[in-house]
Amino acid sequence: MDQHSLLFQSMVYLAAAIVFVPIAKKLGLGAVLGYLLAGVIIGPSLLGFIGKEGEDIMHFAEFGVVMMLFLIGIELEPALLWRLRASILGLGGLQVTLSAAAIAAIALWLGQPLNTALALGMILSLSSTAIVLQTLNEKGWMETSAGQSAFSVLLFQDIAVIPMLAIFPLLAGTAAADAAPHAPSLRDHLPGWGQTLVVLGAVAVIIVAGRYLVRPLMRVIARTRVRELFTATALLMVVAIAVLMNLVGLSSALGAFLGGVVLANSEYRHELESDIEPFKGLLLGLFFIAVGASIDFKLIMQQPWLIMGLVVGIMTIKGIVLLGLGKIFKLSTDQNLLFAFALADIGEFAFVLLSFTNQTHLMSESMTSMMTAVVAISMALTPLIMLLYEKVIQPHFTMSELKEERDADEINEKNPVIIAGFGRFGSMTGRFLRANGIHATILDMDSDRVDALHNLGIKVYYGDASRYDLLAAAGAKDAKILIIATDNTEQTREIVVMAQRYFPHLQLLVRSKQVEDTFELMDLGVLHIYRETVDTSLRLGVDALRMLGQRAYHSERAARTFFRQDERSLKGLSALRDDKKQYVNSMKERIEEMEKLISSDRIKSWLDEGKGWDASPIRDEVRGEENKDTPQ
Amino acid sequence: MARILINFAHPDLEQSRLHVQLLRTIKSIPGITFNDLYEQYPDLDINVAREQQLLEQHDIILMQHPFYWYSAPAIVKQWQDLVLEHGWAYGHTGKALQGKYFTNIISTGAGESAYTPAGIHQHDLRQFLLPYQQTARLCNMQYAAPYVIYGLHRMELTEIREQAQLFRDTLTLLRQDHFDLAVLPGLQYLQDILHLPAQLQ
Repeated sequence: MDQHSLLFQSMVYLAAAIVFVPIAKKLGLGAVLGYLLAGVIIGPSLLGFIGKEGEDIMHFAEFGVVMMLFLIGIELEPALLWRLRASILGLGGLQVTLSAAAIAAIALWLGQPLNTALALGMILSLSSTAIVLQTLNEKGWMETSAGQSAFSVLLFQDIAVIPMLAIFPLLAGTAAADAAPHAPSLRDHLPGWGQTLVVLGAVAVIIVAGRYLVRPLMRVIARTRVRELFTATALLMVVAIAVLMNLVGLSSALGAFLGGVVLANSEYRHELESDIEPFKGLLLGLFFIAVGASIDFKLIMQQPWLIMGLVVGIMTIKGIVLLGLGKIFKLSTDQNLLFAFALADIGEFAFVLLSFTNQTHLMSESMTSMMTAVVAISMALTPLIMLLYEKVIQPHFTMSELKEERDADEINEKNPVIIAGFGRFGSMTGRFLRANGIHATILDMDSDRVDALHNLGIKVYYGDASRYDLLAAAGAKDAKILIIATDNTEQTREIVVMAQRYFPHLQLLVRSKQVEDTFELMDLGVLHIYRETVDTSLRLGVDALRMLGQRAYHSERAARTFFRQDERSLKGLSALRDDKKQYVNSMKERIEEMEKLISSDRIKSWLDEGKGWDASPIRDEVRGEENKDTPQ
Repeated sequence: MARILINFAHPDLEQSRLHVQLLRTIKSIPGITFNDLYEQYPDLDINVAREQQLLEQHDIILMQHPFYWYSAPAIVKQWQDLVLEHGWAYGHTGKALQGKYFTNIISTGAGESAYTPAGIHQHDLRQFLLPYQQTARLCNMQYAAPYVIYGLHRMELTEIREQAQLFRDTLTLLRQDHFDLAVLPGLQYLQDILHLPAQLQ
């Protein structure tokens, strides 16, 4: 059997992903590491299922990155760019410039010619959009200030690739003089400025085509109302851009990014997004596998210290630059560290740029392959570094920062209410209390949110409310009420247990997310449990009844009755839930009971509190009397 | 000892000057059940079973409320509609409230003279209370004289305190074992019991 048939290859890739990603997830390593590991194992260095040694297997896999950049591009509304303008231009611009300059200077000092040093600086200043965004998303850090800053920088880097690709031929123009002539390639026939023109021309073609060709085409396709066709068009578009860019020897990822930007404001944006999203995930996984597979262990074994030294050196330099920038842009220490850890790696565009430098003779073949190994290793290290941050560094900072703030706030804060968790749930409660002149001490784990609240002049403790010392510092001894509105079920439970043990006088008002959480809280003896969507759902139900022509007051009361009934049955069910079979039976019974009540002929029996308004008993009685009076 | 139930209805107790003081005195009297309707049912969703049970457990039912638009705040009407059920409070089989005393404890902004044929409201206050009187009758109860505090608009805090004192004395007397409840329907105002000859007290 041909080991390199497309089907066999697909099978190997998919199987590897299916085996390793769940394992990595289970071990708490994250999907990205799982893919990378899968790549290393099935790659040419170990099992050799995919790719021959030295072969560029990145080429096909790069398509995942292409998809991702198309999607990033498509999400780039002008409004978002405008909102992030300071951090994109300031933070991103400075990061690329400073990192590139620092790396170039060191390369120069190590004896590289100027143009090679400059190229190296530019290539290595970029970070991996694919790995960083994926990891940030996986860990739920995208909304933190570090996540937002990282996003801005990555955005700038992605855009910065365009001028870099344009500059490289110019750099090569001076390099060509002292470089030995290589086998001529297609674009070598052009002088440096001509290649620059080609780059700019291709960019222009994409912009013009996107605006005047794709949108009308989309309109036609949309009118056919065949959904697959739309997906096909979206795919075709991305593939076509990739092919076009490859033709002129440019990065297809870059082209896709541009294509996305062009379509960002079109009415088909969301449609395109959702059509391509599933392909993105899979192909990105493929890309990560390919990165893993492309780590050339033979090369590394030849010069292990040099390569590891390069990886550590480059990442350290970038890390220092990032830390400095984070400081200037006022990220808190823990966020700044996350920011630096996330972006210290080298990105997938480096592969593109490296092969480009190779073509333009900016670098020697051996140097290119060594740098490729360095890039791959640094990418593979990123999820590990983030894991290190999450497990070792973040907890440490959560604690020390908490102590700092405690010292500052302890004296003058004595509120009757403490709110743990100030997300979309807790903040509503908090705002309501505040509007009524009740001040609450707020605890939250999200440092980004904490900063935002600080700016609004609201005192907030940053940290884990399930810690005794933090709650004590927040004034739990003198407070009356502890509102637990945390988003995390496990954390909620911990806070409840801790509060019950050390602050038994506190009234606990607890948000619960699911029925199971509610039961668990009931078991813990929590009296005031608020199932988070119950009230909203019933309000919706009331509106639905009204829209269907039922009277508002009736609908409102029906909802209250239903709610009471539901709470009652929940309490009943809680006692039974350990017995699975009985639980299910009882659940069924209760649902039937409720439905019977609702569907009974006399709707009044469902709302039996309204009997006083019902004149029929009087009518019956009056008629009875009349009958009695009338002689038979 | 008479068991007294006060069904209290004030939608805006925060703004009240008088009722806050009255409530304070109620707390100092043992054996009175205080049932704050707006507190119990902020959504007007009245628990009929609970209310009926409360009524059954008491001898004197007092509806305490400000006098809004010649009547009570909305929740009192809701309470009447739902709690005083046919077949329970009235009708052939409705004897649950038989023999109990029922009346209103009312505060009015205007003075007593406003509630005269010559006054701005043109009618005696008792005339406006006719619906409650008849409600009591239909439910087989006796309508006792209402407790009325007039002229709140012009009242100083010291006077309000005096009124609260009187209120407490009246309720205390009502609870006395030797007090003959049968005199209640014949009086003009409930607080008149304080001026009854000693042998009737």
